[in-house]
Amino acid sequence: MDKVITLSHGNGGRLTWELITNIFVRHFGRQTVGANDAAELILDNNEIAFTTDSFVISPIFFPGGNIGKLAVCGTVNDLVCGGAVPAYLSCGFIIEEGFSIEKLDEIVESMAKTAAECYIKIVAGDTKIVPHGKADGIFINTSGIGIMCDDFRPNPACITPGDTIIITGTIGDHGCAVMLARESFNFKADIISDCAPMVSVVNDLAASGLQINAMRDPTRGGIATTLNELAAQSNTGMILREDDIPVKNEIRGFCELLGLDPLYLANEGKLIIICPRNVANEVLQVLCNNKYSQQAAIIGSVTNEPAGKVLLQTVTGKRILDMQTIEQTPRIC
Amino acid sequence: MCLAIPGKVEEIDGNVATVDIMGVKNRIAIDMVKNVQIGDYLMIHAGYAIEKIDEAEAMQTIELFHELGGLLSKDDV
Amino acid sequence: MMFDINKPFRDPVVINAEIEKIQSYSGRPLAIMEVCGTHTMAVMRYGIRDLLPANVRLISGPGCPVCVTGTSYIDAACYIAKMPNTIIATFGDLIRVPGSSTSLTQMRMQGADIRTVYSPLDCIKLCTDNPDKIVVFLAVGFETTIPVTALTILKMYEMLINNFVMLTAHKTMPAALNALANDKEIKIDGLILPGHVSAIIGTNFYSEFCARTGIPGAVTGFEPADILASILSIMRHCNGEIAGVDNLYSRVVKKDGNIHALAVIDEVYEPCDAVWRGIGNIPGSGLKLRKKYDHHDAEIRLNLPTFTDDENTPCRCGEVLRGKITPADCPLYAESCTPENPIGACMVSSEGACAAYYRYKRESK
Repeated sequence: MDKVITLSHGNGGRLTWELITNIFVRHFGRQTVGANDAAELILDNNEIAFTTDSFVISPIFFPGGNIGKLAVCGTVNDLVCGGAVPAYLSCGFIIEEGFSIEKLDEIVESMAKTAAECYIKIVAGDTKIVPHGKADGIFINTSGIGIMCDDFRPNPACITPGDTIIITGTIGDHGCAVMLARESFNFKADIISDCAPMVSVVNDLAASGLQINAMRDPTRGGIATTLNELAAQSNTGMILREDDIPVKNEIRGFCELLGLDPLYLANEGKLIIICPRNVANEVLQVLCNNKYSQQAAIIGSVTNEPAGKVLLQTVTGKRILDMQTIEQTPRIC
Repeated sequence: MCLAIPGKVEEIDGNVATVDIMGVKNRIAIDMVKNVQIGDYLMIHAGYAIEKIDEAEAMQTIELFHELGGLLSKDDV
Repeated sequence: MMFDINKPFRDPVVINAEIEKIQSYSGRPLAIMEVCGTHTMAVMRYGIRDLLPANVRLISGPGCPVCVTGTSYIDAACYIAKMPNTIIATFGDLIRVPGSSTSLTQMRMQGADIRTVYSPLDCIKLCTDNPDKIVVFLAVGFETTIPVTALTILKMYEMLINNFVMLTAHKTMPAALNALANDKEIKIDGLILPGHVSAIIGTNFYSEFCARTGIPGAVTGFEPADILASILSIMRHCNGEIAGVDNLYSRVVKKDGNIHALAVIDEVYEPCDAVWRGIGNIPGSGLKLRKKYDHHDAEIRLNLPTFTDDENTPCRCGEVLRGKITPADCPLYAESCTPENPIGACMVSSEGACAAYYRYKRESK
C-alpha cells in the first residue's frame, strides 16, 4: 500500500517533523536561519518577522473562543514569541457551501476584536467557497508580519544550562475544552479554552528589561512536545518537576477518565519562558501582574545532560518525556 | 489493562448516578454496585461503577504501607 | 479543593520510605511480573524500574487486552467495517492494531464509519440515532470490562434495540495465569496482580493459584505507593515468609469479588477457547455470548466468514507478553516497529509493554 498522509502527520509531533524535513525542506530548502516559529527576514534594511498558520478546528465554536479568535491568536503568538511587534495580518477563508452567514459574522467579529486588542491590522484577505462536503464548515489561514525589536530577541540558541523554565499558567485547557465540545461524552465540566493573545504578556516582559532567553507557545502536542523542540534546538537537557506544573483539577479529572496526559494537550494562550535563574523570580512577578499569566509558575530547569532530551521528575523517579508521537485517543483499557 | 478511577456520588436516579471526578461530572450506570449512597466513592470503568471504595480500608492500607516501608515497626523485609 | 481519596497513596513520605526499603533488599534475586497493562503504564510513568536494586527485575505480563487481541479479530472487524450500513464503535486503542494486512485506522481513511466511544453504553444513542444502520461494538477486555459489556447486552436486550451487535474477544485472567505458570521456560518469583480485574473476580483464585504453584502475589492499586508496596510484599513472601497473596487494594477488592458483576457475566457469557496474540490458543480462556443473545452476536447476525490468526512475523511480542524478553531484545523494537508504525500489538496500545518502554524508557540512562 502507498504511504499516505495520516492525521498523525498533522499533530505537531514526530511525524509532522518528518514531513517538514522530508518533503518541505527537501524541496524548498531553508531560506532563513531563525529558530523561532516566525521567520526572521530583512526587507530594505528593516528586520521583520513573518509567519503563517491554518486553522481547521472542529468544533468551530468551543467554550472560550471560536476558530476566528484562534486564527488571530495563533499567528500573533508566533510573532511575539520571537520578540516581534505584530503589525499586519492577512486572512484567507475557505468556506463550505451552506455555512451560516450569522456564524461567519460572529467569527469575523471576534477576529476584529482580538486583532484590535493586539494592535495588529488586518490588511489583506481572500474568500473561497467550496461545494458542500469539500470542507468542514470553515477553514481560516492567517499570515502575520511583525517588526523585530532591537533589544528583545528571545531565541532558542540563547538557552543555557542553569536557566529556569516557566509556564505562564495552567496547561491542557484548550485541548480538553475542544475534545469535550467535540465528542459526545457523557461528561459535564467547567472547562474553557485558554485561547488568548500573548501580546500584552510579552510587552510586559520586554518593558521589564529582564533577560528572556527563549519563548514559545506550547500549542499542538502540548508542553512536552514544545520543550522537546526547544531542547533539540538548543542541544541542552531539560528537567521538569511534575508536581510544580499547574493543571486545573477539572483537567486532571478529565485526563484520568480518558487516560490522557495533560503534558501533551494543546494550549492556545500560554507561553513557555526560559530565562536565567537569577531573574526567574522577577520574571514571575511581572507575569503574575498580567491577567493572562496570573498563574505562572516555575516548572523546571535547563541542564547539560541529557542533551536534546526532556526529563520529568515524578514523586518516585525520573523518566524521559518524549515528544508526541501519535495523537492521544481516549482509552479505557 | 483496566483504567478505573474514583468518583464521588452526588446524585442518584434509579440505576444512574452522577459522580464528581475532580470537578468533571459524569453520569454512570450503577447496576453492579448495590446500596449506593450520596457521598460514596465509586470506582468507575467505561461508564459503569465496578465497585464501591471503602474509605476505612483505604486508611488501614496506608497504615500497612507505613509498616511495609519501615515507618512504624522494626520488622525487616 | 475536594478530598482526594488517592492522595495518601501519593504521599512522598510513604513513597520514600518504601523506596529506601526496596533499595536495601538483600535477599535472593527476584523476577516479578506486573500482569496488568495499567500497572505497566504506572511503573513506567513513575520511573519505578530505575529505582530497583540490581537483584530485582520487573517484567511485563500479558495484561493489555488490546495487545493480546489476535489478528483474526482485527481482520473480522475490518471485514465488518467494509460492509455497507455498519458503524463500528470501539475503545480508542484498538483502531490502530494491525491485522494480517490492514487496520481499522486504514479502514477509516477509506471511509468506514468508525467511532471511538468511552463506554459501550454510548452505543444506545448511536443505535437510536442511526436506526437504518447496525452498530457493531468491539468488545475486548478482561474481567473489569466484561461485566460492562454484559450489562450493555442486557440493556439492549431489554430495550429491544435490534441494530446492536457485539464482536467479542473477551479474555479471562485466571486462564492466562495458569498458562504462564505451566510454561516451563518462564521463571516468575512473584506476581503484581491486577487491581481492577480483582475487584470483579476477588482474591480466592490467587490463593488457590499460589498454593498450587508456590508463586506469591500481591493485589494492588495504581498509585506509586501501591505499586512499591506490592514489590515489598513479594520480597517478604519470597524470603522467609510462607508464599501467600496479600490484598493491598482492599479499599476496592473484596475476597469474593463483585458477586453482582459475576452474576451478570454468567448470565450473558459462556467460556470458550481463545487465541492470545503472540501466545496462541489457551483453552477455556475466552468468553462468548450465550445462545440466548445470538441476536446481538456479530458473528451470527453478520454471517461472518472464519478468520485465522497469522503469527508469521519476526515480531517477538509473544515473548514480550510472557516476560521472556524485554522489548529492547526484539530486533524490530524502535527500528521498524515504532508507535507511529506499530508492527506488534505491544507497540500499538499505549499500555503495551513495547510502547510503554518506547515512551518512557528510551535512552533514559
